[in-house]
Amino acid sequence: MTVVHNPIQAPAGRIEVKNTTCYMCACRCGIRVTLRDGEIRYIQGNPDHPLNKGVICAKGASGIMKQYSPARLTRPLRRKEGADRGDAQFEPISWEEAFSTIATRLEKIRSTDPKKFALFTGRDQMQALTGLFAKQFGTPNYAAHGGFCSVNMATGMIYTIGGSFWEFGGPDLDRARLFVMIGTAEDHHSNPLKMALSKFKRNGGRFISINPIRSGYSAIADEWVPIKPGTDGALLLALIHELIRTGLYDRDFLVQYSNAAELVSVDPASDDSGLFVRTDIPRDPDCFDPQDRVWWDRASDKPTPARKADTDPFLLGEFAMPDGRRVKPSFQLLKDRVAHYTPEWASEVTGIPVETIKRLAYEMGITARDEKIELPIAWTDAWGKDHDTVTGNPVAFHAMRGLAAHSNGFQTIRALSILMSILGTIDRPGGFRHKAPFPRPIPPCAKPPKSPNDVKPNTVLNGMPLGWPADPNDLFVDDDGKPVRIDKAFSWEYPLAAHGLMHNVITNAWRGDPYHIDTLLIFMANMAWNSTMNTTHVRQMLNDKDDNGEYKIPFLIVCDAFQSEMTAYADIVLPDTTYLERHDAMSMLDRPISEYDGPVDSVRIPVVPPKGECKPFQEVLIELGSRLKLPAFTTASGTRKYRDYPDFIVNYETEPGSGIGFLAGWRGKGGEKFMKGEPNPNQWEMYAKHNCVFHYEMPKSYQYMRNWNRGYLKWAQEHRLTRYAEPINIHIYSEVLMKFRRAAQGKWEGRIPPVHLRKRIETHFDPLPFYSEPLESALTDKHQYPLNAVTQRPMAMYHSWDSQNAWLRQIHPYNFLHVHPKTAQAVGIVDGSWIWIESMHGKVRCLCRYSEAVEPGTVWTWNAIGKAKGAWRLEPNANESEQGFLLNHLISEELPSCEAGAHVSNSDPLTGQAGWYDVRVRIYPAGADEAHVTSPQFTAMPALPGTGTTRKWQGFFAGMFTKKKTA
Amino acid sequence: MTQLALVIDLNVCVGCHACVTSCKEWNTSGPAGFMTDENPYGKDPTGTFFNRVQTYEFGEFPNTETLHFPKSCLHCEDPPCVPVCPTGASYKRKEDGIVLVDYDKCIGCRYCSWACPYGVREIDEKQRVMKKCTLCVDRLYDETLPVSERKPACVLACPTSARLYGDVHDPDSEVSVAIRESGGYQLMPEWGTQPANHYLPRRKTRKQIHEDELVRADNPLKKEQRGPSKPISEPTLDDSTSW
Amino acid sequence: MHPAFSVIFLTTLIGVGQGMFLALFSGQTYSAVELLPTSNSARFYATGAFIALLFLVGGLIASFFHLGRPERAWRAASQWRTSWLSREVIVLPTLMMLVFVYALMHYFEWDTVLFTNAKGARLQLTLVVACFGMLATFALFICTGMIYACLKFLQEWHSPLTVINYTLLGTASGFALTTAFANLNAPELMRFYAIWTIIITSAGGITRAASLLRNAQLKPKSTLQTALGVRHTKIQQKSMGFMGGSVNTRDFAHHKTALFLKNIKWIFIVLAFVIPLLLLWLGMQRRDTGILLAAFIVQYIGLLFERWFFFAQANHPQNLYYQTV
Repeated sequence: MTVVHNPIQAPAGRIEVKNTTCYMCACRCGIRVTLRDGEIRYIQGNPDHPLNKGVICAKGASGIMKQYSPARLTRPLRRKEGADRGDAQFEPISWEEAFSTIATRLEKIRSTDPKKFALFTGRDQMQALTGLFAKQFGTPNYAAHGGFCSVNMATGMIYTIGGSFWEFGGPDLDRARLFVMIGTAEDHHSNPLKMALSKFKRNGGRFISINPIRSGYSAIADEWVPIKPGTDGALLLALIHELIRTGLYDRDFLVQYSNAAELVSVDPASDDSGLFVRTDIPRDPDCFDPQDRVWWDRASDKPTPARKADTDPFLLGEFAMPDGRRVKPSFQLLKDRVAHYTPEWASEVTGIPVETIKRLAYEMGITARDEKIELPIAWTDAWGKDHDTVTGNPVAFHAMRGLAAHSNGFQTIRALSILMSILGTIDRPGGFRHKAPFPRPIPPCAKPPKSPNDVKPNTVLNGMPLGWPADPNDLFVDDDGKPVRIDKAFSWEYPLAAHGLMHNVITNAWRGDPYHIDTLLIFMANMAWNSTMNTTHVRQMLNDKDDNGEYKIPFLIVCDAFQSEMTAYADIVLPDTTYLERHDAMSMLDRPISEYDGPVDSVRIPVVPPKGECKPFQEVLIELGSRLKLPAFTTASGTRKYRDYPDFIVNYETEPGSGIGFLAGWRGKGGEKFMKGEPNPNQWEMYAKHNCVFHYEMPKSYQYMRNWNRGYLKWAQEHRLTRYAEPINIHIYSEVLMKFRRAAQGKWEGRIPPVHLRKRIETHFDPLPFYSEPLESALTDKHQYPLNAVTQRPMAMYHSWDSQNAWLRQIHPYNFLHVHPKTAQAVGIVDGSWIWIESMHGKVRCLCRYSEAVEPGTVWTWNAIGKAKGAWRLEPNANESEQGFLLNHLISEELPSCEAGAHVSNSDPLTGQAGWYDVRVRIYPAGADEAHVTSPQFTAMPALPGTGTTRKWQGFFAGMFTKKKTA
Repeated sequence: MTQLALVIDLNVCVGCHACVTSCKEWNTSGPAGFMTDENPYGKDPTGTFFNRVQTYEFGEFPNTETLHFPKSCLHCEDPPCVPVCPTGASYKRKEDGIVLVDYDKCIGCRYCSWACPYGVREIDEKQRVMKKCTLCVDRLYDETLPVSERKPACVLACPTSARLYGDVHDPDSEVSVAIRESGGYQLMPEWGTQPANHYLPRRKTRKQIHEDELVRADNPLKKEQRGPSKPISEPTLDDSTSW
Repeated sequence: MHPAFSVIFLTTLIGVGQGMFLALFSGQTYSAVELLPTSNSARFYATGAFIALLFLVGGLIASFFHLGRPERAWRAASQWRTSWLSREVIVLPTLMMLVFVYALMHYFEWDTVLFTNAKGARLQLTLVVACFGMLATFALFICTGMIYACLKFLQEWHSPLTVINYTLLGTASGFALTTAFANLNAPELMRFYAIWTIIITSAGGITRAASLLRNAQLKPKSTLQTALGVRHTKIQQKSMGFMGGSVNTRDFAHHKTALFLKNIKWIFIVLAFVIPLLLLWLGMQRRDTGILLAAFIVQYIGLLFERWFFFAQANHPQNLYYQTV
């Protein structure tokens, strides 16, 4: 039989292949883009990229449909005279007009009160640049989305072990034998974790998932341990309890590498109560963490300087110092702390059977001890001792927002870090491993400004907009202890708010608490929809006017690539490019993509020209920086310093002549240096030649035990990854937290919290992890609202980004509320029917789906599939707005009025991490006469000028949407 | 005789849909011509896809298993869709066993899709011909591609490498070894279609805890006894017996 | 399965055409052996055959609505070795041609007597053509039936009853039309046709009932367990991988309730069998063309329902993967 249609005939056309970096989520995989006659034909994973080694996910493989989305903004827009915010009535303007309008306004602000300008950004990958811009402008009111994402994960771990999950560290699944994933959404750390999981399972590793929901990664777990949301801390503390009780902890590791054996004064009468006992060895003034602690030596039964050669300390016990002070090793305090956190107690809290909790502890402890790894890698520790091998206890963990997005998340994550530490798994094979530039000192060196005087007209901000307070004197408050930042970060309300509190910016600015601002610039954050809590009211605030008829937030600039819900509220809309049209630097100064074996950074290089008048946001910042003559963007003679963003990336140095810039690879005149070196004019070309990625693989001896690895620490110092080359000992006992607590107790010779916050500080700044019910939950009538409600994003969508993607939205055009059948039946809800879900803040009508894979006290849904009508250029009857729903309407950005104040953020009291998953709800059937559409509904958003057209049907053939057969 | 096929390892598939969209993006600009999307931005979007990932739950809480299940044309050794085709558009290649549709012969009668028990054939509503997974036959023999990439797009994409590709008639191929050693099976064996694609089942790793691992000689708690034991003052046997 | 109207009309219309041709063939055969009086060739057989041809053409036109690319339909004749559909594509035009020739011959009365036996039975040339036509008619019934009956995993169809029913129901409807037609044009043959229509309709009723009974007792061979290869008694689909529908949800399911299906079943039993039998009996007694025509029309409408039900009732195993969740 003859074949008429040749199945292997490649379509005609000029083929080109270009490398760049994906941006369909935050993972930053290397991609290879095939173009046919200049149009995108195929996007594949780059096989030569260290992060994804050729694989790609559903989103990455649908990048074409993002590029050609009709929701793309292509022209700068100005809100029409007379139109209200939210009406989405715009007229196109020129870039020149946009720039001059903005620059004029910002110039005035900068010359009067720079903090009246606030810059907040979403899941961008340019915080080094946006942060620099804010600092140069002189405003402290800058943050990215971290505060409502996972700042608890970053701070909880960094304040304990000097590193954290995801960009900064992760599980070493190559060598782990047991992997415990807890509180991780179904696809976190997408491709790298998927690759590692599959390899781990195929190597016979055992995978346990602790999660209220079994989906995504949890689906392939060897064991699923369902847990009630917000109770992970209770489980982790009970595991610590059981490991200490049975002696399954790694004593040697704790002694040498943590403060477990260091003595803490426990004498309430003593001035230093709660602080470490210190020797009077003279301190090096340049030293970050003086090694001046004290052990109680077992042999001599006397105090001895910690880590003195040939001493071995007690980890347990209570001792009297020669001066009579009662002291205990940190580890004894931990043991005392977890004494009541028995498996039986935890079982009640978490819903996990006692036997399961005990077995989990035994599996962890026995795997760690009996499957120990000894790698023949010699290294020298920070105290000069040589080791012939690197030891590993092959138990690895991964956790993310399931732990972080609760108001008790910081202490939960402290508990997790301590669990990982007592198992002896930190930066060791088979356990947790750091990624450059981590580990960093605890806490890292960057500090926020310290007083209102650090913000001055026409002056660079004194301090970093974001940083890591080490004690109350690092807080950014005025003399009355009141916040200086608009989001109240680094104030007594949220002292360790290392990523800011973007979720409170609009509400605070609207209320004028702590003050009113003038201009809010939002980049790539959908603050009128899925990126905000309390969505309905925040939309009203954005459009609210004062008695004079002026907007309460006077000027709103939104930069985005797509017609998101947020663009409707802008006074000026700036069209950003897609990731395929721009230069980008995934910088070591920001959140790079380092591997366990060494630093990695990467770039994006455009594969197609920008659509319409689209301009990358980086170019906007550099243009504005130049127009405003911000020092970093201006030459000594006052002229523009950088032609454009690529020029900036190549030539910018953190200090003149520092040799440190945004990109670490191919520095030096001829590209012969890395990490540090003078600018290389051909740096972009060299990245382009090397798959857009720079990867330095360190010697094996520098790859482990980096907190205490002399070789590594010196190398890191030489290459300016860190300032200090001192050991970074694990904070089992956190003296940093204790200093805040002492301030609340009036035992601190510095800043003292306001009276109404003292109890809150004293309670939550506990130097040892503890379990407490999430704040919102504790303020809710749980009889009325008996269920927990949580969200996660599906693997095939990244937050709100992909509903405009014609391929991805076919997979998830709308979402259900997933409910256990018994929970649903108890209130008469039928599978697939319309129901109401209600919290004390609001209610939403949605569709219910039965599921046996959810803990019966929990209901859950996909995040951000539900859309406001007409947004993202979807047709008004699209499923996203008719059947899809957003849970955010039920979640408040502020707690009900309580002792800490009337408008305290619904956040972790230490870090300001948004407590998304603390909401309590009830569900009930919708009435038979009710409409079969989700509620609430909003007026349909019209198409913005410059956006594309939608067809009844389309066929994509390498760029051409055709109605004819093309092959 | 060669029979190319996929082996799908359900043990590691996390249901990410990478195979679904990587297939679409490769094939929509390939020899099949565009793959239609209807209502791409409206109500009930629907389109032509050669591959889908479905989700099932089995068991009852808390012993629930969530199963992600990718499915595309299984390239049956005895494909029921081929003999029923009135035009000969549906055919099985002799050289590699791939079941294909000749888009220039197909009259779009849908009969082959009726004859497929697996529901893997997809009529393209606008091109009005039947389409289906081609195993990316246009990649497999393309000498302009590096050898490592002469594979179906879904196989290259799959982040968990849950999709193995090779000749199931070669007993030493990766796919044959996987089928043999990891319990590979066929879907709906009751119809005798002998699908060339196989599936590998879920496998569980368990840990047995032995009591002697808990009562340990190296228990570090032993090091926390403070000081050498001192003589005690209460009476002992030493006070009352000379033996 | 989704009952496509193109296929419903195709199969029912050609059934009428085939049945009517068989009726004409039977009438002429009976006449040839002098069991029936001879009728006016041009008026009865020619017109009758043209009417039958009209139905066949109607079916053919309906079938084109089922094709995505009807311009390539000619290719469908190529796979007669393996495909019942291809065979149907060959046999249907063949039959149409034979019916056309048969009609022409009667119309122009090209009807040479080839042979006469001692008892006076005559073999006419038209009858020879009709014999070929009869063979083609049965071949077409077999092809049409086998298109469905050969799909083994459509268990409701995979039975000789499918072919028998297609044959009997098509024949019955053709005979019913011929009865009414005969009452106008060859009243002497009406009774003959009416009685045969009653017999064939009754037989069809019995075999259709048999298939209903058989199908009611079918146990699906494929289950979620075999579809997924998972050995568990409680499996539920939670996602099809898409939510806006696909070919799999459109082509393979009727999207109607079980009650709707049941109603359709009773409607077709009444319309295709009960009422036509009553009307035929009445019409035969009263020799009333109107009543006899009504019998045909009611039966034909009944067969449309029957065909809808035939498709809807078939449960394709692919539906295990597409439970519209």
